[in-house]
Amino acid sequence: MTKFSMKSVFVGAALVIGSLGVAQVSMASNAGGEHKMEHRNWSFNGMFGTYDVEAMQRGYQIYREVCSSCHALDHMSFRHLGDKGAPFYSSEYPNPNDNPVVKAFAKDWMVPDIDQDSGDVIERPGIPADKFPQIYPNSIAAAASNGGAVPPDLSVITKARTGGADYVYAILTGYHEAPHDFHLSEGMNYNVAFAGNQIAMAAPLSDGLVEYATRTVPGEHGGEPHVITPPEATVDQMASDIVQFLTWAGDPKMQARKNLGFATFLFLFIFSLLLFLTYKQVWKDVEH
Amino acid sequence: MSGHSTYEPKYAAEKWIDKRLPIVRMGVDFMAFPSPRNLNYWYAFGGILTLCLMSQIITGIILAMHYTPTVGEAFNSVQRIKRDVPFGWLLQSMHAVGASMFFLAVYIHMFRGLFYGSYKAPRELLWIIGCAIYLAMMATGFLGYTLPWGQMSFWGATVITGFFGAIPVVGESLQQWLLGGYSVGNPTLQRFFSLHYLLPFVIAALVGLHVWAVHHVGQNNPIGIDIKTKEDTLSFHPYYTMKDGFAIAVFLMIFALFVFYLPEALGHADNYQRANPMVTPPHIVPEWYFLPFYAILRAVPDKLMGIMLMFGAIVVLFILPWLDTAKVRSMRFRPTTRRFFYIFLFMCFVLGWCGAHSPDDIAIPMGHGGMTFKWVSRVATLYYFAFFLFLLPVLGWVEKTKALPDSITKAIHDGEA
Amino acid sequence: MSDTQTGEGEHEDPSRRDFIYIATGAAAAVGAGAFAWPLVSQMGAAADTRAAGSIEIDVSKVEEGQQLKVLWRGKPIFVRYRTQKEIDYADSVDVASLRDPQTDDERFVPNFEGKINKSLLVMIGVCTHFGCIPVGEAGDFEGWYCPCHGSHYDSSGRIRKGPAPKNMVIPPYKYLSDTVIKIG
Repeated sequence: MTKFSMKSVFVGAALVIGSLGVAQVSMASNAGGEHKMEHRNWSFNGMFGTYDVEAMQRGYQIYREVCSSCHALDHMSFRHLGDKGAPFYSSEYPNPNDNPVVKAFAKDWMVPDIDQDSGDVIERPGIPADKFPQIYPNSIAAAASNGGAVPPDLSVITKARTGGADYVYAILTGYHEAPHDFHLSEGMNYNVAFAGNQIAMAAPLSDGLVEYATRTVPGEHGGEPHVITPPEATVDQMASDIVQFLTWAGDPKMQARKNLGFATFLFLFIFSLLLFLTYKQVWKDVEH
Repeated sequence: MSGHSTYEPKYAAEKWIDKRLPIVRMGVDFMAFPSPRNLNYWYAFGGILTLCLMSQIITGIILAMHYTPTVGEAFNSVQRIKRDVPFGWLLQSMHAVGASMFFLAVYIHMFRGLFYGSYKAPRELLWIIGCAIYLAMMATGFLGYTLPWGQMSFWGATVITGFFGAIPVVGESLQQWLLGGYSVGNPTLQRFFSLHYLLPFVIAALVGLHVWAVHHVGQNNPIGIDIKTKEDTLSFHPYYTMKDGFAIAVFLMIFALFVFYLPEALGHADNYQRANPMVTPPHIVPEWYFLPFYAILRAVPDKLMGIMLMFGAIVVLFILPWLDTAKVRSMRFRPTTRRFFYIFLFMCFVLGWCGAHSPDDIAIPMGHGGMTFKWVSRVATLYYFAFFLFLLPVLGWVEKTKALPDSITKAIHDGEA
Repeated sequence: MSDTQTGEGEHEDPSRRDFIYIATGAAAAVGAGAFAWPLVSQMGAAADTRAAGSIEIDVSKVEEGQQLKVLWRGKPIFVRYRTQKEIDYADSVDVASLRDPQTDDERFVPNFEGKINKSLLVMIGVCTHFGCIPVGEAGDFEGWYCPCHGSHYDSSGRIRKGPAPKNMVIPPYKYLSDTVIKIG
């Protein structure tokens, strides 16, 4: 009895999980081709990692000013920006539909609608409950406007690519001059991180492309207002900011997930300890 | 439920019910079922699997309240569940990860049965019902993986339904009949959803038979000898409910680790891309729990042969009780067979490893070239079948087994159990 | 013989009795079968699925060495304008050595003048193994390569290596004019 104890269960489970992990890693390393993708130390990595709110906010600015000319956020509504854990959440506005920042962002977009009197198809400024509008009417139009390549939806992009956040960052910072012996097709761009090294998207970022605003935030409980000086808008900085925003967009419940996970583990540790003690108590007089 | 009932109704109401429908008696007898007193933690997986099935059914019914089974909306509705439905992210993750945990547990449960000879007389039917449950689980897992309608869903469904197209003469008509069209499309998705909802209840019914069978013939145990006296047994409750309970709590920690901290680790990035019938992903892989069978399928260059071998790998499990000729159940007393069993276990992992890679890639580098995954999987496939069809029958005849203890109680006393 | 009512009263003929039993059983089987048929049949392709059967393609836009991909019945159709090199390669093969023997010419439908246009290869771009879409200008035989399980097709779409059993399928099609073909 004793030799096949819990230890062997753990060993067995560890073996299985370990081998799965190896399979995952080896698959990930195949996907990127020759280029070695850098594993960056993101603030949201690990069991206790969180999103960087300031970076997410700057990321949204980049999405709005740069990405959104071609890429949609299929699964997102404006109100999501003001949810708990989202870039523009404010404890004053638990209902994101009331959040003035979110309202202002929504108003900044035109969304299609039907006029309630005439029935005509119209466009009106967005409200927080609206979805982010489609950029192109359909995928054929999207392909036609972009040299045959459909710009992918960005709301799940960090989930839909092997490597996730690291991959998106690598693509955004992977534009280089093509080597002399490399045959680059018409309208394509050289990118070290992209499979085959030819990507239809032109380098979207360049140093100083967006202007990060200096913001004044009112102090807590009427204290001194403090000034937030933004970082310099380098390509690396912008890539890192948009990745923060897009990772949140792909996994908006990460914070809730990790918090509940911690509580669950705490419970399970105590519960399994109690069960173990009960088990020992029950079996106390049994020779086994 | 063999043996005599220990239930004695005390109150008039209890007596009244017991005369008309002895359901309380059934429950009490069930909980007092005499179990061998030497069951180890590997025997906890029956309870763990029951929990998995219940969890999948409950989360599944809830997800079906929010999911839309049409090609236009399936992908969107899953995203909506994860973003907008209260705790939808948790339930979706529990259901997706739960499928993997279910298979993890069922594989351990099966290997345990294999190791301790739990398929041997009089437990042949118990084992066969178990195999049927496993088959139904595979079908359910496959159908469920189609529902999110991502790229892997679509192309996985295309490849698997392509198996039926390989059947001579009727194959193509059969495939169209299954798909409800010329290719995987809306009719396919809707019927897959309907069947995915139905099959878990079929599994639950089969589990009922499985439990009935184990209560009829009694549980096997690590030393594989029959129960001789009452001394050899313990009441299921509280002894094994508490022991299983502890094992379940430990298992839940592994479950929770994936649900909360590694929700994507067992999935594939391509399935976050909406299904596209015009583009095949460069590297189609099934869920990890199908990888060994996928490797067997690809080990053969011929389409029909590959499919037959793959199904053959499951068929041998059904006839296993008659392949193993040994009189001794537990491999604890079969040292030679035990070694071959460990190699078999290793080969199953090798097959899984091969299934995750392209057949023509190099698996084991040697000199300039090396051994490709195709050849590694051929070796492992050969061993898989040789183990069941050659080693078990032959070893049963020739192996000199170790002496069996007189009884479970004596074995425990001598420190052999 | 009948075990009860012998003698007076109605005489029962055993063969007649058996006949009634068999007839009742047969009727039940027919009824069950008739009831099962709609249940089985409903799984097949529905009328609207069947209806989306045929399309017309303008092939004038395809240039030499290029391939057009159109969706037909949920499957991609490849229309490839083959280079002379590819045509020569397809003709140079010893047909008897092929897994699914077919000459290159047999894989074409004559146009309305009764001639074969060997430049324009029209086929269903689906691997005959498990239905993945092969990648063009790839593989060992100047043709297509299926990424799923490694089948190689030549410049005529014929299977040359790997697990697929058949050549890529030529759909039913005809030329409506020099530049327009109708598929289905």
